[in-house]
Amino acid sequence: MSINLTLLIVMGVLYACGIYLILERSLTRVLLGLMLLANATNILILTTGGYAGLAPLFTKETNPDSYNDPLPQALILTSIVISFAVTAFMLGIIYRTWVLARQDEIQDDLEDRRVAETPSFDAEDDAIVPLETSEFAVTPASTSDHEHPEATETPNTSTTQEGGSA
Amino acid sequence: MNLANLSPLAVLLPILGAALAFLLIRHHTAQRVVSIGILSATLLLECLLLMSVWDGGTTSVTLGGWLPPWGVVLVVDQFSSLMLVVSTVVSLAVLIYATGQGMADGDQEAPVSIFHPTYLILVAGVSNAFLTGDLFNLYVGFEILLTASYVLMTLGGTGPRIRAGVTYVVVSVVSSVLFLIAIAMIYGATGTITMADLAIKLAELDQGTQNLLHVMLLVAFGIKAAVFPLSFWLPDSYPTAPAPVTAVFAGLLTKVGVYAMVRTETLLFPGDTLNVPLMVVALLTMVVGILGALAQSDIKRLLSFTLVSHIGYMVFGLAMSSVAGLGAAVFYVAHHITVQTSLFLVTGLIERRGGSSSIDRLGGLAKLSPLLALLFFVPAMNLAGIPPFSGFLGKLGLLQAGVELGTPLAITLVVGGVVTSLLTLLAIARVWNRAFWRKPEDAEYPDPVLQTPGNVGVLPRTMVGSTAGLVVFGVALTVFAGPLFRVADGSAGIMLDRSAYIHSVLGDSVEVPPLAQPDEAQTGGAK
Repeated sequence: MSINLTLLIVMGVLYACGIYLILERSLTRVLLGLMLLANATNILILTTGGYAGLAPLFTKETNPDSYNDPLPQALILTSIVISFAVTAFMLGIIYRTWVLARQDEIQDDLEDRRVAETPSFDAEDDAIVPLETSEFAVTPASTSDHEHPEATETPNTSTTQEGGSA
Repeated sequence: MNLANLSPLAVLLPILGAALAFLLIRHHTAQRVVSIGILSATLLLECLLLMSVWDGGTTSVTLGGWLPPWGVVLVVDQFSSLMLVVSTVVSLAVLIYATGQGMADGDQEAPVSIFHPTYLILVAGVSNAFLTGDLFNLYVGFEILLTASYVLMTLGGTGPRIRAGVTYVVVSVVSSVLFLIAIAMIYGATGTITMADLAIKLAELDQGTQNLLHVMLLVAFGIKAAVFPLSFWLPDSYPTAPAPVTAVFAGLLTKVGVYAMVRTETLLFPGDTLNVPLMVVALLTMVVGILGALAQSDIKRLLSFTLVSHIGYMVFGLAMSSVAGLGAAVFYVAHHITVQTSLFLVTGLIERRGGSSSIDRLGGLAKLSPLLALLFFVPAMNLAGIPPFSGFLGKLGLLQAGVELGTPLAITLVVGGVVTSLLTLLAIARVWNRAFWRKPEDAEYPDPVLQTPGNVGVLPRTMVGSTAGLVVFGVALTVFAGPLFRVADGSAGIMLDRSAYIHSVLGDSVEVPPLAQPDEAQTGGAK
């Protein structure tokens, strides 16, 4: 199959620009990128039909080989209609973003950010369980602060501390 | 008369229904009656189609008088009709649920009048994608369902939905463009886009070209099916949509991608050229997906991650390309459509009853609403694969097929499948413990609704009823797992053999090219 070089180059340029544009954060540029991609693909489909030939209208004199392949054109027509619908919808979304947020930018997913920032420590699952879980044992930290200010327990603490250091 | 000749109605009825529902846009009751009636009629028709091919057999319908290699054909076989029936049962349940929600809430969050026509168009697109035997028509089916899904995803146009909708639309359009490029290149290489004809002509191409086309199709379908490296859009965009919309998306849309992958792997590119990469991708999808689920605190997001994770099981079954593996994958698709949708519907109910879908804010629902707890518990255990539910049977089938195959990679996947199943149970148990089991006061930020005494009756009966119906359908898949597995295995055999499909479309005189390694392809190509 022979290929039209001009169409091929145009297609390449359209793809390159389209991919560049959909990587932008501005919605309008993304939309333009999608349109370029769709049109580049249409050109690709067109080139699969080979060189331009006669319109595929049946006349007895015409050599069947000189007809153009009509199927790619039917495919392009369908794909144009579809990209038209998607473009219209995207325009609607862009307008809506503008109404809601007064900006034409793709927003971050807040919940996603929140989950990403959540520390892997989960109080319910991962908290360090004290070795001594008895209610009567007194840990140094709790007594020295404010949990048990009673004087009776203070010596107790000091002995444990001494025991620990010795 | 052959019943299969009615198959175009499975696409046409919902489209006509959509037109009618659009005309009745100001008459809500009439609109509900029309859309539910049309969908029920479609379901009835699809049950007839399934019965006509129950024992195996493939029939095709030529549309518009253009004979097969040129025109569009619809093909009814066991796989496509089984998918049709399951998908329509699910869509019907969700439609009734949405109707109940709409009647209870009014139009603020989800304008019902536009919901019904769009929803029917979505169903038509799904049916078209399942039935079609033409690659470009498959693209059109995808576009019908995607365009409808764009509208449903951004229903009401609130800020979060628009944000999620943008991601969804852009990703979907890019995947569609990739698909279209693949179609154009396939047409350029072979000069045909009828799938049965391609099955013959693609085999004549050299291996490099075949692999290129194969990978392009798989990437395009992989984005739609949310297979691991291409799955990041899904948990980002699904949870913000209205509950019934998320439910139907989770159930159906990814499965259409899986369906297309199955057709690509079995009909267009049979053999085992890409089985190893597919298995690796399946393993990563399972494990990475479920690890994501464990990190979530919002039930909808958690379920979206389990959805991604369980796509891995289907890809695993597909990648084995043995009758046992593919049959189990077909069964698993049917099971997963039902269960995942029921779970999302229940989450919608939880959100209504508990005021939130975050497990940091919920608590004590088991006591407040035992019925809700039951409705959550059954599909949740089903999803985690606890015996005797269908999830267990499907996973068992997959694991058996994997062990049968016996390659180191397949064994790794079997282990990965078991681990994923256990991690799913862990994720589900977290939801259960927090939202249902503990006292409302123990929640980190308890929702005030939970602590108000006597706050009952916020769950409309239609919503609970349709959810219960779908849960019962999921249980029925367990009860009738025997016949269902027989059909699934039968469909797998037919798909791997290919000759029935090709002969039904192109006529019996056509020579079906033998597979590259016929013996090995049957046993999964162990080498």
